[in-house]
Amino acid sequence: MKIADDVPSVLSALDRPNSYIGRSVPRPNLARLTQGRGQYVSDVVLPRMAHAAFARSPHAHARIKAIAATAARKAPGVIAVVTGAELAKVITPWVGVLTHLKGIKSAPQHAIAVERACWQGEAVCAVVARSRAEAEDAAALIAVDYEVLPAVIDPETALDAATPVIHPELGDNLTFERVLNAGNADKGFADADAVVAATFLFGRHTGVTNEPRAIVADWNPGDRRLTVYQGTQAPHMTQNLFAKHLGLEEHQVRVLTKDVGGSFGIKVHIYADEMATVALAKLLKRPVKFVADRFESFVTDIHARDHRITARIGVKNDGAITAFEIDDLTGIGPYSVYPRTSGIEANQVVNLVGGPYTCPNYRARARVVFQNKNVMCQYRAVGHPIATAVTEGLVELAAAKIGMDVAELRRRNLYPDNAYPATGAAGLKFEGLSHHASLGKILKMMDYAGLRAEQAKLRQRGVHRGIGFASFIEVTNPSAAFYGVGGARITSQDGATVKLDATGAIFIHSGVTEQGQGTESVLAQCVASSFGVPLERVRVITGDTDNTPYGGGTWASRAAGIGGEAAWQAGKALRANVLAAAASILQADPTALDIRNGIVVDADSGRERMGLDEVARVVYFRPDTLPPGFQAEFVVTRHYVPRAWPFAFTNGVQASYLEVDTRTGAVKLIRHWCVEDCGTVINPQLVDEQIRGGIVQGIGAVLFEHCRYDDAGQLLNATMMDYLVPMAAEMPDIDIGHVVTPTADSELGAKGAGEAGTAGAPACVMNAVNDALRPLGAAPITAMPIAPEMILRALRQNHPYPR
Amino acid sequence: MTERFLDIGLRVNGEDVRERIEARKTLVDFLRDDLGLTGSHIGCEQGVCGACTVRLDGAVVRGCLVLAVQCDGAAVETIEGISDSGAIADLQDAFQRRNALQCGFCTPGMLIGAQHLLSRGGVPSRDAIREHIAGNYCRCTGYQAIVDAIESTATARAAARAEKAGRP
Repeated sequence: MKIADDVPSVLSALDRPNSYIGRSVPRPNLARLTQGRGQYVSDVVLPRMAHAAFARSPHAHARIKAIAATAARKAPGVIAVVTGAELAKVITPWVGVLTHLKGIKSAPQHAIAVERACWQGEAVCAVVARSRAEAEDAAALIAVDYEVLPAVIDPETALDAATPVIHPELGDNLTFERVLNAGNADKGFADADAVVAATFLFGRHTGVTNEPRAIVADWNPGDRRLTVYQGTQAPHMTQNLFAKHLGLEEHQVRVLTKDVGGSFGIKVHIYADEMATVALAKLLKRPVKFVADRFESFVTDIHARDHRITARIGVKNDGAITAFEIDDLTGIGPYSVYPRTSGIEANQVVNLVGGPYTCPNYRARARVVFQNKNVMCQYRAVGHPIATAVTEGLVELAAAKIGMDVAELRRRNLYPDNAYPATGAAGLKFEGLSHHASLGKILKMMDYAGLRAEQAKLRQRGVHRGIGFASFIEVTNPSAAFYGVGGARITSQDGATVKLDATGAIFIHSGVTEQGQGTESVLAQCVASSFGVPLERVRVITGDTDNTPYGGGTWASRAAGIGGEAAWQAGKALRANVLAAAASILQADPTALDIRNGIVVDADSGRERMGLDEVARVVYFRPDTLPPGFQAEFVVTRHYVPRAWPFAFTNGVQASYLEVDTRTGAVKLIRHWCVEDCGTVINPQLVDEQIRGGIVQGIGAVLFEHCRYDDAGQLLNATMMDYLVPMAAEMPDIDIGHVVTPTADSELGAKGAGEAGTAGAPACVMNAVNDALRPLGAAPITAMPIAPEMILRALRQNHPYPR
Repeated sequence: MTERFLDIGLRVNGEDVRERIEARKTLVDFLRDDLGLTGSHIGCEQGVCGACTVRLDGAVVRGCLVLAVQCDGAAVETIEGISDSGAIADLQDAFQRRNALQCGFCTPGMLIGAQHLLSRGGVPSRDAIREHIAGNYCRCTGYQAIVDAIESTATARAAARAEKAGRP
């Protein structure tokens, strides 16, 4: 493939001279990353820095009777051995609940377990030593006397009367329950010509960020400040949590986030061992570093998607969908994760099932239960892949049942493109979506008719290929409705401070963060465009709570849509201020001037009047020459928060074309397509790469990734040898198309694009597998990951799941 | 051998290095902790993810599967040295223009692996590229952009070779 220097832009109403909106400009931070000059937290070294390691519970549930640490304390290089009870004097426990998830409950969680370990891998004692190796050596010498307790593993029996209650003070193992009745589901099913039921099983999996979680905490008693270098998506959120639980004021805590080796929602939560690390730094009055190793990542990074959903769809013979119904059960480990809670994924599943379709009849129940496994929480595309697999799985099963083409069934039920604004059955408010335009575009891109003909021809030769689709909606640009209204100090607004330096260059300080999405490039594009300078003159600073406006960070596809709009507005405001100064110097009317390519020009003729360096020189060094009473303001801050809509919903559709080897059960992915509508596209290349990466993450979920636990709550595959992730050889090329429906809530009109790929890929691959197998009489596969063994069972025993 | 600490001497990125190190220390820990060469990353410590890929006497190895003491007398090249040499400037440029990296954590290892493939000459097929980098884990990109960047570099190098050989 030839690399285009500048991928053709999606036309934008925002175009003005030297506009970068809609252009695939390269990211400013890539050169140093390709040179090995990144600055990841794992790379940070500070004077007097010590290293933490943890002794972790080998049991899923056990009482800690005694900890014998004498040998560990005497081991070479050891600075301190600290138990949970000792650390609890420095840092207070937390409870992961929010008030808008009605009835959600959890128990206090400590930085290090006190009295009881509730999952295999929970830290029970910390060692701080001069090196990580010495800390690990000493941790291995810690002898913990455990009384093994009965473990609650299976969500199906977690609520039975005979099952022990993990936190007796809570009364039962129910974390959260939500019930929804919209329209009249009973009537919908009664009116249906066919009702299709299925049970969907989703395997627990996790983020496997290439750089594990990493933190360096430095408590300086001299200035009574805690400086934390942390690989996090939300520095202001963790600043608040460190302060709150260490008994500090927020201004005493500075969180710095430089390069982060992958996040995907894994690094948007607070982890017990990270809280322990900041507490150890405070206790020991010196910098302490903790970097999770891969085993620790598998047993402590949040897991996600462990949902079992029984579901039904009603459909008439003309293809009209008459009702959806789901019953979701999910086990989230022993604690609801702090501070976003572990109720959100099930809540999202309830919100999103049936989302693309006009059917008003929808009944849902979701139950979230405690169990003695590692915690589950929000991971990329929270709830979307589950809701989409259930919805789209049912839609294609229904199509097969009534003998209708899957694209045609969708066409008859998707919200019409002119139906907006609209409110979905679950109460979601849609400003403007493009399901039909997207479906039409993807059918054209993939040559649907041609592909069906090829499929039929190959089938005669014993080659079994399948085509599967997934239409979806995606939650982006969240307002305060997501967390703020529930009492979490997680801000939905964001800010950008823009300044003109003394040579006419631009600095942007933004509250959103960069973990590889290209946030910094997007911010630079926004300000360079709205202010009017070449991109090379813009420098971006993110990830520093001391030096950026208070902001939410990067999650839920908010960086471009929210952070980008704040930056856009700040650039405009600074432009007005600089023009006022230039007009004052030139004794001209500021409205007759413009800034183009970094030069102040006459707006109508484009004649050059003065360079920004000259404006800056006068303002900074010869302000005495400016008219009396004129004060230039070359630092401007603007904020933005979505107000008109709780979320900027986006939509899209994906399709998968694959081949199933009926002898081995192996699936070969041949091609994958996605058409996505994220509103205004600021940088087409970055959007496309977000979608491609997300799709491959979703392919991991549907074909490979599974945290396998035994009945005793032991994670059996906590290594990258045993836990399969997508590697290059098995992945297909992916074609991306766009439909552009900007949001009117912001001037830029950009919505998010980070979840789309992961949201739709599992559903369409699952559907394609079933499309390949259906003529062979195989039972539908509605569980993932789809292992070859499941395909063989579906073919030979007509039951895909070993029981 | 029962000594816990050993003296080693090796060349790292063309510079002579003499250090007394723990026998159990891996090459990547030695490069990162003792020499400050943090461009080699640690992802899995089992040789699966490829983030720690370096060159040892010209061979592409996993820095987590080689002990530093095994490198006594050897020549080690890391991303820092390979980058400064200019030998992969075109490949680095292609990665940047194609956005073939997002978080960048896998990138040093990916570049060293790709350069190994490209050094064989010719223009490998996309499947061959995918096969070759199948030992380097990237969670961000989905790999297609990486394949594109390697393929375009191979094409450009082949064209340059052809031009040098006097063909049109």
